[in-house]
Amino acid sequence: MFDFFKLFKRKEKSKEVAHDRLKLVLMQDRLAITPQTMENMKDAIIVAISEFVEIDEQALEFDWEDTDRNKVLVASIPIRSVKRGASQAGGTTKH
Amino acid sequence: MSEAIVITSGKGGVGKTTACANLGVALASMGYKVVLVDADIGLRNLDVVLGLENRIVYDLVDVVEGSCRLRQALIKDKRIDGLFLLPAAQTRDKTAVNPEQMEELIERLKEDHDYVLVDSPAGIEQGFRNAISGTDRALIVTTPEVSAVRDADRIIGMLESLELSDPALIVNRIKPKMVAKGDMMDISDIMDILAISLIGVVPEDEYIVISTNRGEPAALAANNSKAGQAFRNIARRISGEDVPFMDLSDTENWWSKIANFFRAK
Repeated sequence: MFDFFKLFKRKEKSKEVAHDRLKLVLMQDRLAITPQTMENMKDAIIVAISEFVEIDEQALEFDWEDTDRNKVLVASIPIRSVKRGASQAGGTTKH
Repeated sequence: MSEAIVITSGKGGVGKTTACANLGVALASMGYKVVLVDADIGLRNLDVVLGLENRIVYDLVDVVEGSCRLRQALIKDKRIDGLFLLPAAQTRDKTAVNPEQMEELIERLKEDHDYVLVDSPAGIEQGFRNAISGTDRALIVTTPEVSAVRDADRIIGMLESLELSDPALIVNRIKPKMVAKGDMMDISDIMDILAISLIGVVPEDEYIVISTNRGEPAALAANNSKAGQAFRNIARRISGEDVPFMDLSDTENWWSKIANFFRAK
């Protein structure tokens, strides 16, 4: 059927489409992380938490999840045990 | 003080070589001593755009490998005082030189030229890394298309991580009529996305095709081509002058619109 109201509907200019698409794609591009950076980050996190807990490095899972608006870092870190003394390790660990 | 400037883009075909040739011509016309370096090894083109292809004896790789002296490889443009070309090798590839060698070469060229303009190959691989080595600043060429702007953004990010900060943007091949109709991104759309400083806007101009056919850069003669004028303006901005941006709004005023309206009847 002929859509009468379509006549009055403002059609988005193609440059606006280009601008919006670019904004989205660049947001993703700018958040892209190289596999090497990912590995380095993983190692750094392992070192940081190993001070307090003993972790199962083999079962470590580390991933990105893309949502509509941003990127979320999801880490699954199985803990074998809490290191003795970690809870008394001083003011730096307690908040 | 001399300055080495790399002209780069990420995407191919946006007008890096044309920009490089025209900026070189414009800067030399202003009285500076300029050398243009074609860093696109294996795909050399700056020589044909400048109309100097028949005068090549030695090239960049010959200099780096020590097969000739630097002076022997430099081609002097006979049309303008102070313009020189160091052509790329055509039968080699980008692995023939490394960034350290390029850096040393650029240093040597800076010793007796006011400006060293390096025409970078497209892409983000070794050729790009070679081209930016030893340069002091970068000009990024883009066109008002999503693909070119996306690639420009990638290059801006890479330059940042390589500590060649504060690049400036040249938006090439703007079509004022399409912009007026809302069918092409305008300068503010592009600046909003890329968030770097703007050094020039060059309109789409058929004269560029003609000048490339002839090997006579648009900025060369005192011609009235809009693109040539735009490149001359960019050259002045490079040298530190404050030059207002050209008015690229659709040149048809309402009188001519009315005239066209009646003519069309």
